[in-house]
Amino acid sequence: MSAPILSAEDVHVEFEARRGGGRARAVDGVNLDIAPGEIVALVGESGCGKTTLARTLLGLERPTSGRVLHRGTPLAYSSKALKRFRRDVQLVLQDPSGSLNPRHTVYDAVAEGLRIHGDVPNERERVADALSRAGLRPPERFFLRFPHELSGGQRQRVVIAGALVLEPNVIVADEPVASLDASVRGEILALLLRLRDELGLAALVVTHDLGLAWNIADRVAVMYLGRIVETGPVEKILTAPEHPYTQALLSVLPDAPGSPVVLQGEPPDPTRIPPGCRFHLRCPVLASGAAAAAGVDGACRGEDPGVLAGGTAVQAACHYARTVSSSADPAAVVRP
Amino acid sequence: MSLLEVDDLTVTYRTAGGDVPAVRGVSFALEAGQKLGLAGESGCGKSTMALALLRLLPRTARYTGEIRFDGEDILTMSWGRLRAVRWAGASIVFQGAMHSLNAVQRIGAQIAEPIRLHSKATEAEIRRRTGELLEHVGLPARRADAYPHELSGGQRQRVMIAMALACDPKLIVADEPTTALDVMIQAQILTLIESLVAEQGISLLMISHDLSVLADTCDRLAVMYAGRIVEEGPAAAVFGDARHPYGRALAAAFPRIGDPASRRRPQGLAGDPPDPADLPSGCTFHPRCPARLDHCDKLDPRLWPAGDDARAACVHVLPDKGLSLVAKESA
Repeated sequence: MSAPILSAEDVHVEFEARRGGGRARAVDGVNLDIAPGEIVALVGESGCGKTTLARTLLGLERPTSGRVLHRGTPLAYSSKALKRFRRDVQLVLQDPSGSLNPRHTVYDAVAEGLRIHGDVPNERERVADALSRAGLRPPERFFLRFPHELSGGQRQRVVIAGALVLEPNVIVADEPVASLDASVRGEILALLLRLRDELGLAALVVTHDLGLAWNIADRVAVMYLGRIVETGPVEKILTAPEHPYTQALLSVLPDAPGSPVVLQGEPPDPTRIPPGCRFHLRCPVLASGAAAAAGVDGACRGEDPGVLAGGTAVQAACHYARTVSSSADPAAVVRP
Repeated sequence: MSLLEVDDLTVTYRTAGGDVPAVRGVSFALEAGQKLGLAGESGCGKSTMALALLRLLPRTARYTGEIRFDGEDILTMSWGRLRAVRWAGASIVFQGAMHSLNAVQRIGAQIAEPIRLHSKATEAEIRRRTGELLEHVGLPARRADAYPHELSGGQRQRVMIAMALACDPKLIVADEPTTALDVMIQAQILTLIESLVAEQGISLLMISHDLSVLADTCDRLAVMYAGRIVEEGPAAAVFGDARHPYGRALAAAFPRIGDPASRRRPQGLAGDPPDPADLPSGCTFHPRCPARLDHCDKLDPRLWPAGDDARAACVHVLPDKGLSLVAKESA
């Protein structure tokens, strides 16, 4: 892998919980690298910390400990430094209806980024260029339209054009297709793939949708209760997952083979992360006795499987997988 | 006799800008104990149709056609009779449980309300029944004292299902019951709906934009586009081998993980669903259709047999691709 363009290095983000419930460890130790031109899907259920991690990578949230690196340099949090950083790393929000100002024309919405950065020369050309790259052609036809005159798919394209206009190298997209219709969803995903191919744009896509990862991502990181619990190339992780949580997530998809493993209850609370493996209270492998048969049940209950390293290697934070897996190569689970 | 028979139903909204046809001639039947999935995108008329089944649409809506529930016509029945059919005959689980529940009333009281209105049960019996219903949907009976904001999204959807079951209906209409829920919670809710429907022999009409979810839960599927059913048949056939190009596009929109055909190849459809107030000529799907023929802007095909126990409204399933029909019309 070429040198990462954006990295999280042992990032922790804690919040003061409501009603004096102690501190919520929303992100509880994460290493993650995004290489130039790479599409990484960060998947997990709501409340797992994936949006907080994405906000931290964008500099919108400061890590309690650990750091975010942009092209190898730690992120500085002065407003001037952040402004410079955001030319290169842009956010694409979910729900385009909520993130566009209903009183701004498409032109103004896209030009806003340029104006904030005082980057006014050739504004018209650059807005037109961003719109056509986002698939709104001919761009002039959209300049004076208002968001309510556009379809949901077109609005999402305007939001993407607004991110593209500053010519970033990375975009961070939070559920970019969750609010779109089925037939439009594929078109927007195809656009993200095309932008990577044409512009070399890297992307971190935050989603709960494993099908999206299969459709466009190179690599996937599965997050559970503040940690990445399994990561690696999409082909490997989504077809032969080793972590019982990833296995369960895939098993409940409507057309998955085999019988679904429906985990009971809600994901636990980040103010009370269980000791040992944070998944052990819901783990079907531990509940079935398989972990005990492999002699790791004590570790599951009492020993933290640790923080996975960044990089592109296949890794699972699971005592059982490390014991039984044929690829139980210790090098794969030790930090570089 | 089917439990529910819908015959050439149309729903038109009167607006300041003219009449907008939302449902344009839909017919289908649902047998007792059967599960039918209705798929389509926003604006295709599927939610309008669901609400029309119990005459729940605003006053600006005009209906024609027939909806027979247990042999009685919903569209002509008296208000008193209609109120009895709602809840006790058929009930609806809406999407977005946060907005469908009353935020300032305990959930136990909300579940008790339809029971109180539709039966002569005493307060003690109602309390007992409420507790039973909660446990039936996997919530402890003591949660009856909770307010909606104290519950998670999945738990609120369970409360909605408990309410729908309160008066032992014969039919449940579930409109996007799992949209906006996480995959694991979605699996929990779908498993719950399936087991309740099977246990009590209830018929289910489930509405969603996700064809894969419907195919997994339902016996039969119908696909709606621009106010009409354009494809209909056994769930496996419609999901696995759709005959209408729109049905095929919807089935391909949600990839099968592990399928090399969809890896790095997201499938979409160019264009947007049509504006119901300004529908294209001929087949309403023709401007977006990847299998369009020259005469598709002239011929508006109706449902036609397409494979085993299935029908599709597409020139490709018509004899001689509908050319003789076009010739007849232009003659």
